[in-house]
Amino acid sequence: MPWYVEVLRAVAGTIIIFSGVAIVAAMFGVLLERKVSGWIQSRIGPTHVGPRGLLQTVADTIKLLQKEHIVPRNADALIFASAVVLVPLAALLDYVVLPFGTTRWGPLIFRDLNIGVLYFAATSSLIVVGILMAGWGSNNKYALLGGLRSAAQMVSYEIPIGLVLITIALLAGSLSTVTIVTMQAHLWFIVTQPISFLIFLAAATAEVNRTPFDLVEAESELVAGYFSEYTGMRFALFQLGEYAEMFAMAALAVTLFLGGWRGPVLPSVVWFLIKLYALVFVFMWVRWTFPRFRVDQLLNFSWKVLIPLALLNLVGTAYVVMVVQR
Amino acid sequence: MLLDWGYVAIFVIVGAGMVSLPFAIIALLSPRSSFPHKLDTYESGVEPVGQAWSQFNVRYYMFSLIFVVFDVEIIYLYPWAVVARSLGASAFYSILVFLAILVLGLAYAWRKGALEWS
Repeated sequence: MPWYVEVLRAVAGTIIIFSGVAIVAAMFGVLLERKVSGWIQSRIGPTHVGPRGLLQTVADTIKLLQKEHIVPRNADALIFASAVVLVPLAALLDYVVLPFGTTRWGPLIFRDLNIGVLYFAATSSLIVVGILMAGWGSNNKYALLGGLRSAAQMVSYEIPIGLVLITIALLAGSLSTVTIVTMQAHLWFIVTQPISFLIFLAAATAEVNRTPFDLVEAESELVAGYFSEYTGMRFALFQLGEYAEMFAMAALAVTLFLGGWRGPVLPSVVWFLIKLYALVFVFMWVRWTFPRFRVDQLLNFSWKVLIPLALLNLVGTAYVVMVVQR
Repeated sequence: MLLDWGYVAIFVIVGAGMVSLPFAIIALLSPRSSFPHKLDTYESGVEPVGQAWSQFNVRYYMFSLIFVVFDVEIIYLYPWAVVARSLGASAFYSILVFLAILVLGLAYAWRKGALEWS
């Protein structure tokens, strides 16, 4: 292929992924969140805009686009402004290695990097930099507290996630997400690795700062946490980043444990979306089921429960793979 | 291999452009008005007291130190995990020694109280 075709393909792929994530994750995700919340709390949720409230998020976005954006006088303007770009960009970078389905010509993925899983771990942890920048740049006490809590939390929960990723890489013998899905042709890894799956789910909830790990933006103590000072579209971009990251984590869980795009009869992309939304629903369900942790409980849970458990699980798996199965 | 990262680079550049796109729309649509109190830092409606950039007890300091140790450990485990299946039993016992040293470190930090939020 000539080089400009490659470049055009990459540009087109990027645009498709960005708009796809903005629609599937942010637009529809926010609506789903509100509907599910309403359903769990015996309310009806948004109903007025569009048929059955379907266009609510579109209306919200148009509203936010018309809002003035305010940079507080005391804020560090450069850090304040660049954090807004960094958070959604870092979240969307995850999608480079997520396989959405398969076609006659090969798997539907932006680029099947040979270190896919490691790449995912690296980009998803970039978000904390953006959050710290937002918290520090705002020069607001609530924002700073939110940013610092976020750093402590993400730093703690990245290790269990890393250990789980290594366990799966050990089973699959590869870091490429496509190979990992291929290896699950006969048996999903959730069957052989149920503990890994639970650790991943708990740590992923913490990584994306959702209840019960939402100390970063605990609205009853910190207003909106690190994005308290952001108005209009900048606020919306943080929301986009957050939902994109939540969907990316769910998509990675689907890829690692639930057989990715595999499934009978229906097209592969549909299967992927079904599994993805099922996991996202679990995230939302958890949100309205558990109360928020205290910060010391949160760190204890990671360092004294998840990390030892993940290490034991890794050693056990390594024993089976390297000693028993040989 | 290099081509892969070319793709990723294009993703970053085009992506940054797309994320910045809303700002162009804001510049066209959003109203502008200003009065002194609008640009104040938000502090639940009262005049902000001092700055947020003050001396602050960063309590997770110890956690981040231990995190660095563990994160570096994890980086070493990735290449091992990929080739583990073909290495066999002897490699398993070697990695056990490597992990044992780290678990010892965690146990030490735990015992020392570095994992307490105090």
